[in-house]
Amino acid sequence: MDLLNAVILLLNYTIIPALTYGSQLALGAIFVTLIYGILRFANFATGDMMSFGTMFAVLLTYYFQSLGISFGVLPTALLTIPFAIFMMILYMLTIDKFVFSYYRVKKSPPVQLAMVSVGVMFVTQAIIRIIIGPSDRRFLDGEKFILKATEFKEMTGLSEGLTIKSTQVLTIFVTLIVVSIMFWFLNKTKTGTSMRAYSDNEDLALLSGIDPKKVVMITWIIAGVLATIGGILYGLDKSYRPFVYFNNMLPIFAAAIVGGIGNPYGAFFGGYVIAFAEIFLTYAYKRFFAYILPESLEPNSMIQLLSTDYKFAISFSILVIVLLFRPSGIFEGKKI
Amino acid sequence: MKQYSNVIAAYSVMIILIILVGIFQSWSIALTILNYCLISAVMTMGANIQWGYAGLINFGIMGYTALGGLAVVLISVAPVGEAWSVGGFNMMICIGIIVAMIFLIRYVLKKIEKSRKRNYLIASIIIIGLLLLRFISAPAIESIESVDPAKTGFLGGLGMPVLFSWIVGGIFAGGLAYIVGKIALGLRADYLAIATLLIAEIVVSIIKHEEWLARGVKNVIGLKRPAPYEIDLQTSSWFINLVENFHSSKLKIINSLSERQDVLNQLVIEASSIYVKLCFTGLFLLVVIILLILTQKALYSPWGRKMRAIRDNEEAASAMGKNVVKEHLLIFILGSAVVGIAGAMMVTNDGLFTPGSYRPMRYTFVIWVMVIVGGTGNNFGAILGGFSVWFLWVQAAPIALFFINLLTSHLPETNEIKIHLINSAPYFRFLLVGIGLLVIMRYRPRGILPEKIIKQ
Repeated sequence: MDLLNAVILLLNYTIIPALTYGSQLALGAIFVTLIYGILRFANFATGDMMSFGTMFAVLLTYYFQSLGISFGVLPTALLTIPFAIFMMILYMLTIDKFVFSYYRVKKSPPVQLAMVSVGVMFVTQAIIRIIIGPSDRRFLDGEKFILKATEFKEMTGLSEGLTIKSTQVLTIFVTLIVVSIMFWFLNKTKTGTSMRAYSDNEDLALLSGIDPKKVVMITWIIAGVLATIGGILYGLDKSYRPFVYFNNMLPIFAAAIVGGIGNPYGAFFGGYVIAFAEIFLTYAYKRFFAYILPESLEPNSMIQLLSTDYKFAISFSILVIVLLFRPSGIFEGKKI
Repeated sequence: MKQYSNVIAAYSVMIILIILVGIFQSWSIALTILNYCLISAVMTMGANIQWGYAGLINFGIMGYTALGGLAVVLISVAPVGEAWSVGGFNMMICIGIIVAMIFLIRYVLKKIEKSRKRNYLIASIIIIGLLLLRFISAPAIESIESVDPAKTGFLGGLGMPVLFSWIVGGIFAGGLAYIVGKIALGLRADYLAIATLLIAEIVVSIIKHEEWLARGVKNVIGLKRPAPYEIDLQTSSWFINLVENFHSSKLKIINSLSERQDVLNQLVIEASSIYVKLCFTGLFLLVVIILLILTQKALYSPWGRKMRAIRDNEEAASAMGKNVVKEHLLIFILGSAVVGIAGAMMVTNDGLFTPGSYRPMRYTFVIWVMVIVGGTGNNFGAILGGFSVWFLWVQAAPIALFFINLLTSHLPETNEIKIHLINSAPYFRFLLVGIGLLVIMRYRPRGILPEKIIKQ
C-alpha cells in the first residue's frame, strides 16, 4: 500500500506535470529546430511568436464567450485554434517577406539572420503589448479537472490523492496528434521529403528541381501551427503573460540543442529531457521516502536536490554539459 | 578633419538632443539621461570589442553587468560582523572546498589517462564535493540569513571605497568570461549566442537566490557614493553661496527677505541634485575617455590588425601562425571586463543593487541593438550607438504619446481606442527600437558610423 502511495505521489507531483510541461517545450523546440534546419538561423523571436499566436486565441476566446459560443466541457480556446493559426501564419509570412527573405536571397551569414530575428522579437513584443497589454490573463473555461484528489481517494482508498487536470490530458493528447501528423508529413509526403532534402543539402535540392520558395513557405506554415498550438496549450495550462512567453524561449532553446538542433525527433525528445530534469531535480522527496522507508529511517530534511528557484538554471546547466561533451546533441543534429 | 566630419555631426546632434531635453523637460532629467547614455556607451564598447574586433557574439551581457553590480556590494558595503561570526567560518571552508575540488580535478585530468575510470573519478569528486558543500553551508546560510533579515541577512562587503569596486567588477566579469570562454568559445556563432544567453541567466539566478551573498531579491539599498550627498550639500555654506551667486540676478528682483530665502532654498535643493549628477557625469566621462583612448590605441595597433585578420578569415590567420583560440579567449575576457565595469558604474549611479531587475531584454538585447546601430568595429560608433539608442529607449514613450495625441485628436476623449493607445504608450519603445534595428540592418548594415580601415 505504501509503495502504491509513493508511486501515486510521484505521478501526481512529478511525472504528469513533467509530461505536460515537456509536451509544451517539445512543440516549441520542434519550431526552433525546423527554422534552424531549413531556414538556417537561430530564431530569437521564438517565444514572442508563440505569444503572438496565443494572443489571438485569448482575444477570440473572450469574443466567443461574449457571443455565448462554448465547446461544452472542453475549453473554448480549442475552437479558436484554426483562426489563431491563420493569423499567426499570415504574420510569419509577412515578416518573412519583408524581413527575412532579403537576407536569405543575399545568403547572409546565420549570425546576421539571428540578429535580424532579435529585431523581429522587439517588434513582435511591442505589437503584443500594444494590443493586449502585459498583464496576466486566464482564458481556460470548461471542465477544469478530469479527476480530483478527493474522488481518487474515495475510489481507491489510498491516502495519497491523484489530480488530473483537463489541460494536462489535453496538452499531452494534442501534442501527440500534432507531432505524429508532422512526422508523417515530413517522412511520407513528397513535400516533406523535399523539405528534408533542402535541409540536408540546399544546392543539391535546388538542382533536383525543388522550389525553395515553396519549401520556405511550408516551413513557416508548419512552424506557425506548432508555435500557436504550443503557445495556446501552455497558456491554458498555466496562464497567458507575454513576459513569461519571452522567458520560455530559453528552456525551448535548451531543449532544441540538447536534442540535436536541426533534428525534429531530437527536439521532441529534448523537450521531455529538460522538463523531467527540471521537475525531478527540484522536487522535495521527503514524503516519497516517508512512504517507502521504514519509520525509523524517515528523513527529517526536505531531500530536495536543488531549490525550485533554480528551475531554469537546471535546463541551462544540462545544456552546458551537453555542449561540452556532445556538442551535436543527444541525437545527431546538424554539424556545428 | 574631413574624415571625422560625420562623427562630429552625429555627436553634435546627440548633444543638441540632450540639451533640448534640458530646456523642455528639466536639466535633472537631461543629466539622468546623459549619465545612463555614458553607462550604455561603456557597455556598448565592451560588446563592440567582442563583436566588432573579433566577431564573437556574446548574448550574455546581462550576466556580466550583474556581476559588476555584485562587485559594488561585495566591495563597498560595510561588513556585517554578526553574520561573519555566525557563518563566516563555514563559508570560508566552502570556498576552500571549491578551490580544492578544482585543483583535484585538474590534477586528475593531468595525471590519469583519458579513460572511463577518469570520468568516474571526476564525477565522484564533483558529487562528493557538492554534498560536502551542501552539508557545511546549509546551517551557515540559515544562520547568516536570520541575522536581522530586514536590514542585513548577508555577509556584507569589505567596506572599501566604491570606486575600487569598479575595477573589481571588471575583474569579476573577466573571470566569468574566462570560464564561459573555456566552455563555449569553440561553438559556432549562433550556438555561442544561445549558450552565453543561458549562462548569463544562470549567473543572475544565482545572484537572485543566494541571499547570504548580496540579499538576493531583497535588494541592497543605500550604497556608498563617490559623489557628495544632496543633504550634505544643502547644509554646507559654500554650496549655498555658490547657488546664490549663480542666480544673483534672479534673486535681486525679489524684494521680500523671507520670500527670497524660500526661493533660495528651492534653488539650492534643485542645484544639489544637479550637482551630484554632474559629479557622476564627470566620473563616467572620465571612464569613457580612458576606455576610448585605450580601445583606439588597441584597434590600430598590430594586435588590432591581428584581431581583424582573425575575424575576417580565421583559417588564413591560423595558417599564418596566429593562435586563434587564445586570442578569442583574451578578447572575450577584455570585452566582458569592460561590461563588468559598466555594471558596477550603473549600480553606483543608482545607489542600489536590485538583482530582480536584470532581464535579458533590457541588459542584453538593447545593448546589442546599440552595437549594431552605432557601428560595429568603430569605437566612436559604439559610443554613439549607446547614446542614441538609450535616448530613443527613454524618450520613446513621450514621442509616441505626442503622435498618438496628434493622430487621434479628432476622436473624443472617451474613445476606447484612444484610451487604450495612450495607456500602451510605454510599449512603443520596443517598436521604435525594433524597427530601428531592422532598418539599420537592411539599409546600413555596418551601422551609422561604419568601421574605418586606415591604410598606412
